[in-house]
Amino acid sequence: MTGEVLAGHSGKSGRGAAAASSTAAAAAQGAGQRAKSAARPAISSQRQPWLQRPGVMKALAPWMVGVVVLACWQAWCVVMKVPAYLVPSPAAIVSELVQDAPLLFGSLLATLKITLLAFALATVLGVVIALLFVQSPLIEASLFPYAILLQVTPVVAIAPLIIIWVKDMNVALVLCATLVALFPIISNTVLGLRSVNPGLINLFRINRATRWQTLVRLRIPSALPYFFGGLRISSGLSLIGAVVAEFVAGTGGSGAGLAYQILQAGFQLNIPRLFAALLLITVTGVVLFAITAWVSRAGLRGWHDSQL
Amino acid sequence: MAATQALIADVAAPSLSVQRVDKRYANGTIALQDVRLAIEPGEFVSLLGPSGCGKSTLLKMFAGIETPTHGHLRWWGQAFETVGSPGRRMSMVFQEATLMPWATVADNVRLPLDLAHVPRREADARVAAALDGVGLAKFGHVLPRELSGGMQMRASLARALVTEPDLLLLDEPFGALDEFTRNCLDSDLRALWQRRGMTVVFVTHSIYEAVYLSSRVVVMQARPGRIIAEVPIEGPLERDDAYRVSEPFMQHCKTLSELIADAHRASLANEETGVQS
Repeated sequence: MTGEVLAGHSGKSGRGAAAASSTAAAAAQGAGQRAKSAARPAISSQRQPWLQRPGVMKALAPWMVGVVVLACWQAWCVVMKVPAYLVPSPAAIVSELVQDAPLLFGSLLATLKITLLAFALATVLGVVIALLFVQSPLIEASLFPYAILLQVTPVVAIAPLIIIWVKDMNVALVLCATLVALFPIISNTVLGLRSVNPGLINLFRINRATRWQTLVRLRIPSALPYFFGGLRISSGLSLIGAVVAEFVAGTGGSGAGLAYQILQAGFQLNIPRLFAALLLITVTGVVLFAITAWVSRAGLRGWHDSQL
Repeated sequence: MAATQALIADVAAPSLSVQRVDKRYANGTIALQDVRLAIEPGEFVSLLGPSGCGKSTLLKMFAGIETPTHGHLRWWGQAFETVGSPGRRMSMVFQEATLMPWATVADNVRLPLDLAHVPRREADARVAAALDGVGLAKFGHVLPRELSGGMQMRASLARALVTEPDLLLLDEPFGALDEFTRNCLDSDLRALWQRRGMTVVFVTHSIYEAVYLSSRVVVMQARPGRIIAEVPIEGPLERDDAYRVSEPFMQHCKTLSELIADAHRASLANEETGVQS
């Protein structure tokens, strides 16, 4: 965050950028020194400097890496005078993002809509199919090969067909993205519904539990950790699926997604805009992943080994 | 009239009777051979033997989750399918606590009642009583993993007792616990049995545990799994830590360990002659 602001600020002039990055370096150095000098009195005075608190450094480290990489990138672009149509500087990307905000964020919204619809559809379909599969080994044996078939066929190869067959473009895009995101949910949920403590199965049998009671009270809770694992994978896949489908469809106009902006920017050699669209896709993916990770943590809180 | 007769038969019948039961697995292993056993209502019977003697298999048959290859079992004179209809209940405690990790201790204990659609308020009262009975009254709201191994086993025991079973089956329940905790739980189990008077079948490989708890010990031997002796334990009804070091206790332990050692020697000799011939 700091890195972006810093870079954005410095983007106005070459010298400013150099100055800003050197300031950042100096600040980092200063912080290091401060931390070092603070280490000694901390032992006697009990007050720990926040930088030394456990967890702070761990949380900060990836951001520091990002800042350093962005600073190097910015410096490299400025010093070597790399043309923006080859590699734009981070500052140029951010300023493009700000300039074309209505266009890019409109596209983001379109892509996000496809992604979320596909994710929801894949989750519902995946769970229903998984529940169907565990009802009988025969059902699973007869249908599972086709689920695998679905998984191994590249979506780029089927997307044109779906786009031809389905009239409504949005529906076609959602279908393509759903196909990509579906399989991890099915396979993980099936695995979860089968991974039940055999002792608990016996307990339910001794207590003459019905099939339904065993499913609701035992199999579904046991499957949750696996299901959440599938959810995390599928959140990313539904975004990838949406972008790939948009690429294949190549639809422009007002409802165009981020993939179309990338295509257009590529044709026009507007590389900063290409990078800006890419940045939005990446950030969206990370946010989706973080949300599913949070949901998973909330759902398994306290009892599953992965959350302790 | 017919119903009355059935009831009389029911009262007179042993809690469990095992008639010439065999269990063979597909790979040729004989888990149980010609097992005959009757367990009277209110008895505390231990199945004692080394691993592989089929004691757990036999207990699972008592629970109806394992079926014999030959022979048959009767519960209060009835086939398993009709058990439960005249209000006979059975519970089982496993080697591990097998608690649902996502549910609180109280919810775990309530499970058998929930599965039987017992009304919520009645269930709550019975769960509280069951938890109190095993000394976990204050731990109902806690998740299982926050309990020690011994407390988890207590919760498991509470879950088995909450249905007020006529027959309680325990499969080496305290085997994974340290000796002190195990002795403590054994004493509690014995006290519970005396208070409630249900029939108990207890599987163990500890001679001391079997002698301390039981009114009768059924000694089993491996390869093939079979019953080699039934030893009544004539100890005092009230048993405490003093009983563990008393002369009769030691005498029973000695008798049993000699029995097992003899059987082991005999089976070794058998195997040797088998190899020679």
